[in-house]
Amino acid sequence: MTEFAFFIGCQIPARLNQYESSARAVLNRLGVELIDIREFNCCGYPLRNIDFKVFLLSSARNIAWAEKKGLDLLTLCQCCYGTLKKADSIIKEYPSLKEEVNQILKKEGLRYYGRAKIKHFLSLFYREIGLDRIKEKIVRKYRGLRVATHYGCHVLRPSQVVEFDNPIHPSLFDQLVEVTGAESIDWQMKLECCGAPLLGMNDELSMDLTLKKLQSGREGGAEFLCVACPYCHLQFDKVQKRMLTQRGLNHPLPSILYPQLLGLSLGIEGKNLGLEMNEIPILAIESALYDLHREGEKEDESK
Amino acid sequence: MFFKFSLSLSLIIFFLGLLYKISNWFRYKIGIQEVEISASRRFIFAIQGILSTLFSPRILILLKSLILEVILQFRILREDTLRWVMHMLIYGGFTLLLLMHAMDKLITAKLFVPYYSTLYPFLFLRDLFGILVLIGIGLALYRRFILKLPRLKTNRMDLYAILLVIVIILSGIFLEATKMIGYSDYKRMVEEYSGLSDPEELRALEAYWVKEFGTVSPNLREPFDGKLLDKGKELHQSSCAECHSKYQWAFVGYGTARLIRPVGTGIDRAQIPLFLWYVHLLACFGGLAYLPFSKMFHLLSSALSLLVNSVAEKKRLSEPNRMTRRALELDACTHCGTCTLRCSVAQTYEEIQNTHILPSEKIAAIRILASQKRLSEEELRRLQEGVYLCTNCYRCTVVCPVGIDLQDLWFNVREMLLQKGFPEYLVLSPLSYYRGLMKGETLLNDYQTPLLRAREAILAQCGLMKEKERVIPLTPPDSQFQTGLGLSAQAKNFSVCFGCQTCTIVCPVVANYENPQEALGLLPHQIMHATGLGLRDLAFGSNMLWDCLTCYQCQEQCPQGVAVTDVLYELKNLAIRYVREKRA
Repeated sequence: MTEFAFFIGCQIPARLNQYESSARAVLNRLGVELIDIREFNCCGYPLRNIDFKVFLLSSARNIAWAEKKGLDLLTLCQCCYGTLKKADSIIKEYPSLKEEVNQILKKEGLRYYGRAKIKHFLSLFYREIGLDRIKEKIVRKYRGLRVATHYGCHVLRPSQVVEFDNPIHPSLFDQLVEVTGAESIDWQMKLECCGAPLLGMNDELSMDLTLKKLQSGREGGAEFLCVACPYCHLQFDKVQKRMLTQRGLNHPLPSILYPQLLGLSLGIEGKNLGLEMNEIPILAIESALYDLHREGEKEDESK
Repeated sequence: MFFKFSLSLSLIIFFLGLLYKISNWFRYKIGIQEVEISASRRFIFAIQGILSTLFSPRILILLKSLILEVILQFRILREDTLRWVMHMLIYGGFTLLLLMHAMDKLITAKLFVPYYSTLYPFLFLRDLFGILVLIGIGLALYRRFILKLPRLKTNRMDLYAILLVIVIILSGIFLEATKMIGYSDYKRMVEEYSGLSDPEELRALEAYWVKEFGTVSPNLREPFDGKLLDKGKELHQSSCAECHSKYQWAFVGYGTARLIRPVGTGIDRAQIPLFLWYVHLLACFGGLAYLPFSKMFHLLSSALSLLVNSVAEKKRLSEPNRMTRRALELDACTHCGTCTLRCSVAQTYEEIQNTHILPSEKIAAIRILASQKRLSEEELRRLQEGVYLCTNCYRCTVVCPVGIDLQDLWFNVREMLLQKGFPEYLVLSPLSYYRGLMKGETLLNDYQTPLLRAREAILAQCGLMKEKERVIPLTPPDSQFQTGLGLSAQAKNFSVCFGCQTCTIVCPVVANYENPQEALGLLPHQIMHATGLGLRDLAFGSNMLWDCLTCYQCQEQCPQGVAVTDVLYELKNLAIRYVREKRA
């Protein structure tokens, strides 16, 4: 069994309980053990706008805590992931910054060595657990379900730092979606930003960008968006719901979190995945599921 | 006489203080709603709320909270076992002392007949409770001054509370010890209660007391012969034993008495027991009078806060009751530091020296703000920065041992301060995300104003932005002109930009506007160029900088490998620092 320090950040426990519960359920099913470290702090993402050193310190402190426990970090958030990776690479590159950060961490008996690896749970699924092992555990599949897979900027770029997938033509997430039987469609704005980083700073611009993504997804024929980041999901769920009236959207394009999509396929019950907690309803997705076992029996009978 | 007078006086002050503090709960205003709600209306709302809870099934929730959270302190236990032990020792020991010892005439004497404070088990229990409190205080001092928990602050109120308890308990122990060995007390008691007059008998009893009770006699010295002691014992049995158990039962007082015995005569002559009696009494009564104004007020306010928290569902609470709850919560905070320990951004305090970042430290300033007393502009700015530097992760609220809805406090205080007109640059960061989300749920007055104000404050320091027609001379205006803006090494490569505009072409923000330059000022490639030229005003003053999504499209696709997004990030940092310094 693989162990990870579970880095859930700030948004998920406060606003997206369903992301945490569904991810825990799915990771548990796939034999990943999650260790909670209560001392973790903000990854540093929102602080990057304010102060470079504060951002570095925040990330480094989290990495140092994981190192103290001898664990790698596992995140569910593109922004946490990108921020931690960025800080990690900067500190590794500049020894003087490392020294500076360690001077502060020393006060708490911590030290950043740079040994802990930072992982996004999508790449854990793809690279370490592997599609084959996921396939083995799948008991139900989606039929005829068209999904617009949304990667999220901060896992893809800057590619040299985040080392997630091909930044121009990524396929990791699409494959993880398709393993459930859903079709991951091609859509024009697939790799664009969801708009969340500007919400609260320039709402109109933020929603303009969200709207473009939603339109592009719908034009591509998607019935659902699939995401793996709390910011992206809040934007496509809570903020989209607000946009329905404010921006006169007729039909919402609901967003489903990847562990919810995969969880159903693994046979986990909808209520354990918090399906009903999404603001734009996604319960309809269950009707696209068919049971692999029973389907096999039917095929046998027809023969 | 003195006893009665000082007790009455301290009780009067105590009750007046209590009234004053409770009235504050209905007068203090923390809330974003602009509607004026009078204190009396809030009082009526509160009474209605209390009554409707008491006469509903929710009373069971209240009872559960009373037992588990208020009395057994489960919320502290959940956080930290050592702290729970510490708190239970102090509060448990002190409460038992109060009930059994301080209020003995009202309680103990009525329950147990005969009751004398010098009888076992009271003699033993009093010392036991006292020592429990002392161990608890020892743990408190250990946590604060030896364990050195990260960012746990000790303020004057904390020290006063600890000091007061120490004085009360120690003066009590020493009073007990000096009374044990005191000869004058002994003599007085013999005269009053024994009815003995025969010098031989008096000598025998005194010898027995010197031997068995440790009385320090100026006349008699050990050893005594057996007959004298037997006689003394007989007299003791008939005159004293009814009210006096063996002093050894009061193990702390007795131990102390043994220690100070060598100087016993002097202590008695100097009337030290009387002095200690005054100290003990004044400390207790002083503590009583001071209670509503001290940290110890939490024994009422925190209990109430826990009870309110157990039944108050946020959405059901009416606005007047929410305001009242917030004011109560300000009093309920015990400055225990749990919120700070778990705060997601407390680590930033190591770089940004503003104590108001730490949740436990914000409360004191908010209390002043709520009381409508004046805070200096500098204080207001620091508090504003402190409440804004928050990811709204709710961790403080989840862990608060006294059930304060801290998140709700921060949110309301933040909005109140933002209306005061000081530019807050932190609004130009993703910390604003929560505010953006809340806009859909709560009516925020002047939602845009703080955002515009911050941008305007920055623009005000960027003179060149206003003079678009001005020709910038080729000769460098200052030495930084050619070296750029002094970005960190990771963002230094802006100078290799050859102006191909790829960054601008792939930027989704630029693509969103028909006339991007009008909306955004300098575009990404122009900002790189301006940075290279050291044209600070143009880089800092362009909307592009503050409307950057940080999606990293530009940086990913730059053929020259310029870290465009990272440069923009650091320009934002520099701009905020520059504008702050300029305005200071």
